[in-house]
This record gives sequence, structure tokens and C-alpha cells, in this order.
Amino acid sequence: MSKEKGSLQVKSGLAQMLKGGVIMDVSTPEQAVIAQEAGACAVMALERIPSEIRKEGGVSRMSDPAMIQRIMDAVTIPVMAKVRIGHFVEAEILQALGVDFIDESEVLTPADEEFHIEKSHFKVPFVCGCRNLGEALRRVGEGAVMIRSKGEAGTGNVVEAVRHMRTLNAEIRRAKLMPEEELMSYARDLGVPIDLLKQARKAGRLPVVTFAAGGIATPADAALMMRLGCDGVFVGSGIFGSSDPASRARAIVEATTHFADPKQLVQCSRGLGEPMRGLDIASIPQHELVQGRGR
Amino acid sequence: MAAKPVIGVLALQGAFAEHEDYLRRAGALAVEVRRPDQLEELDGLILPGGESTTIGKLLRRFGFEEPLRRFDRPIWGTCAGMILLSREIRGGLPDQLALDRIDLRVTRNAFGRQADSFTAPLELSNLAEPIPAVFIRAPLAEPLSDRVEVLAEVDGQVAAARQANVWVSSFHPELSGDLRLHKSFVATCRSRSQGHKFQAGGQQA
Repeated sequence: MSKEKGSLQVKSGLAQMLKGGVIMDVSTPEQAVIAQEAGACAVMALERIPSEIRKEGGVSRMSDPAMIQRIMDAVTIPVMAKVRIGHFVEAEILQALGVDFIDESEVLTPADEEFHIEKSHFKVPFVCGCRNLGEALRRVGEGAVMIRSKGEAGTGNVVEAVRHMRTLNAEIRRAKLMPEEELMSYARDLGVPIDLLKQARKAGRLPVVTFAAGGIATPADAALMMRLGCDGVFVGSGIFGSSDPASRARAIVEATTHFADPKQLVQCSRGLGEPMRGLDIASIPQHELVQGRGR
Repeated sequence: MAAKPVIGVLALQGAFAEHEDYLRRAGALAVEVRRPDQLEELDGLILPGGESTTIGKLLRRFGFEEPLRRFDRPIWGTCAGMILLSREIRGGLPDQLALDRIDLRVTRNAFGRQADSFTAPLELSNLAEPIPAVFIRAPLAEPLSDRVEVLAEVDGQVAAARQANVWVSSFHPELSGDLRLHKSFVATCRSRSQGHKFQAGGQQA
């Protein structure tokens, strides 16, 4: 039997299996086990969760492969890890290490302010962040098989993720309603490949699995993002930055499944202790916002 | 014309939308199942691919375990669904849910991590032509009794099998672009639903 590995179908396939699930940021094997026990469909291994990166500053890079390996050894669910935007060598290292998914992420300090990684050449699947349809379809054009909102990572404030999903939805809706002869100019204005824009127009959604990320801190936040059309959610600082990570993680998993059932949401929102403190976006100096990285 | 069978797709986590799409194209009414009380109305059920630990935990939390052990209509598990329907799980969590609906000992991530996921044409004994099979961090299994009818093997282990009205496949027919297995499952559910309605004295539309 001839097995074909690393094809687009195989890469997209894993993204499809993650749908309806919660992917949690973890910095230690112990946290990874808590996440798995809570029902996470995957974990994101990184040395510092975004709220710590935000607090401590400095250059933030790919995590130590030894630390990622320990997390891969601790759990049976897929393990993701982050590389800096444009840092294709970090991506080659993670692919060689055998991580299941790479996030080319604005949460880390960009290595390239002009160009992203050409992701179609890799056998490992990639997820990238976006604020709008232009960013999303450019990343898909580069080979990302999964898109997430950028939100504003490490704030515990969902407002930016909501803004990005609303923008994405509105721009796709516009493409859907527009007469065909206007599409090429719209593609030009967005700066995206016309064939991908046509796919989004036809499907009424992005042509790849789309998750929410950035500032999700409560079960209600997760359900809100699902209601806005997301296929699943990433939770970064929201779990291990809260007072009772195990209960909160479990509750967010349940809320992501039962996002349209308010009675279930009552059950999973009860008695979870303190959520992460959270930041008002307006209180963050402009140059400290990470969502503008990588267009 | 026969009424469309109503086939549920367990929608707790994973690739349930793909199965719904294929079921509709194969002539069924597809419904998303998130609560155990929805199982009553169904002529058949699919447990989709996804993360088997996640789905197993949610099945327990939302009270599906006993109803699924008792569910007497056709049931089909793909990938994670195959793991959940098996009697024994290797490479799982200590308390991982195994519904014991088919006499298989299943090995999770039998090929390794995502880097070893692959596509390959696969011969099934119940299909004339091979199916373009997609294996994503897929399981494989060994039969534990001769009640299991093995339909396909990969690397000497079970990749597809049947036991009475329980079907399993370690690959993803719902990603293959090939409707034959879904059509066959819909036909099985339809004959069951017609028999049931006949016994109940109902009139076919």
C-alpha cells in the first residue's frame, strides 16, 4: 500500500477533527494533563502564556524543543506549538520534532515584518491569525489549513476577537451579495487571490476551519464565539490565568459543545471561581498591541 | 418512494458536519445529536472522527454511556468513533470510555503522530473498487472474537469491520469524496426503519 503523507487533504483533515473543540495553552506537562482531563481536543505548548509575555516583555521566541517534547510525552491528544511570523527555520525545527500543528503566531515577536512562512511546502499543518478577510485569505494562500481570529492575546478581553470575527463575516457577506463582475476589484482591494475569494463567496465562510482566539476567558465567551460562526476555540491565558483552571477548562469545553443551549450554559457557568483579571484594550499602549503584527 | 431514514450524527466534538453532508447526499435526513433523549427518534447513528478522549468524556458527562450501550439500531464509528465502540483500548487514558459494542482491541494513534497521517487507496471486501481512504492519527484494531467481520486491513490489522449492525472504520469516508459507504449505511438504516414502521402498523409515505 502506498501511503501519501503531508498532503493538503491530510493537513486539512486534522484541522477538521479539531472542530467543536477547545485548544488550550499549557506551559508544563502537569498543565497539559489537566487540559486533557478537562476534555481539550489539543494543547498548545508554550513557555509563557500570553498574559505573562505581555507582562514581562522582551523578545518572545519558539519554545525550547525539550519543553515541547515533555508535553508531547505527557498527553495523547495533538500537540501544537508556536513559531514567530516569518521564521521558517523555527517551523522546520518543530516539524522535525514532530509536533502535530504549528501556529505562526503574532503572540511571539515577529522575525519578519514583511513576509510570512510559505506554509504549503511543509508537511505539518499550520494555523494563522487574522483580523479580517484579507489577512485570512492571504494566509490560506500561503498554505495555512486553519485560521483563527487574532483577538488581543493575553488580555482576557474578548472584544477584539469579536471585532475580528464580525469583520470577517461582514466581508464574506459582502462578497456573497456582490454581482460577479465586482469580485475582481474586491479581491484587488482586499489583496487576496481571486480563486480563494470565490471559494469563500460560494461557501459563505472561509474555505478552511476557523477558530476563535484572543481573550476568551469564560464559558459564555466561548459560546459567543461559536455563535459568531467559529468552528472551535483557542483558550490561552484564560484557563491557567484563572483561580480554578481544571473546573474552568472543563466548563469551557462543555460550553463549546452546547453553545446554542442556554440551559446547559447556566450549568457550566456556575461556581468557577475568579476568571483571569483581564485588561481594558484602551489601557494598552498602541505599540504593545500584538494584533497588528503580520498582515 | 420510501421515506428518508433519520440518521443522527453525534455532535459533541469533531468532524460531524462532514458526515451530515455525506448522509444528505446519500439520501438520509441527518440530525445533530447533543442530548441522549434525541437517540429515540433515530433509525441509525454515526459516531464521527474527532478527539476520542474529548468525545468520551463528554459522552459520560452528558449521560450517553448507557443509552449508547443499549442503542439497537445501526451504528457506525469512524476513527474516534471506532475507538469509542471497541471493547478494549490500547494507548488511551486509564479510564477512557470503551462502549464495548464490537469485539475489537483498538490501538489509538497506531501509525504515530500527525506526521504519519496519510491517504491511500484501500480495498474493502464489501466494495467493488478501492476507496480513497484518509487516515488522520488513525487507530487500528485486532479482532477479539469471530463475530467480527473484517472488511479491510492495513499493515496486518483491522481498518474496517462489522459486527451485526455495528460498523467501524479507522479512516474517514466523510473526507474521501466517495459516497459508497454512506449510501450503504443509509440503505441499512432505511430497511430497518421500514421494518420498524411496518411492525408498528405505520404507512410509508
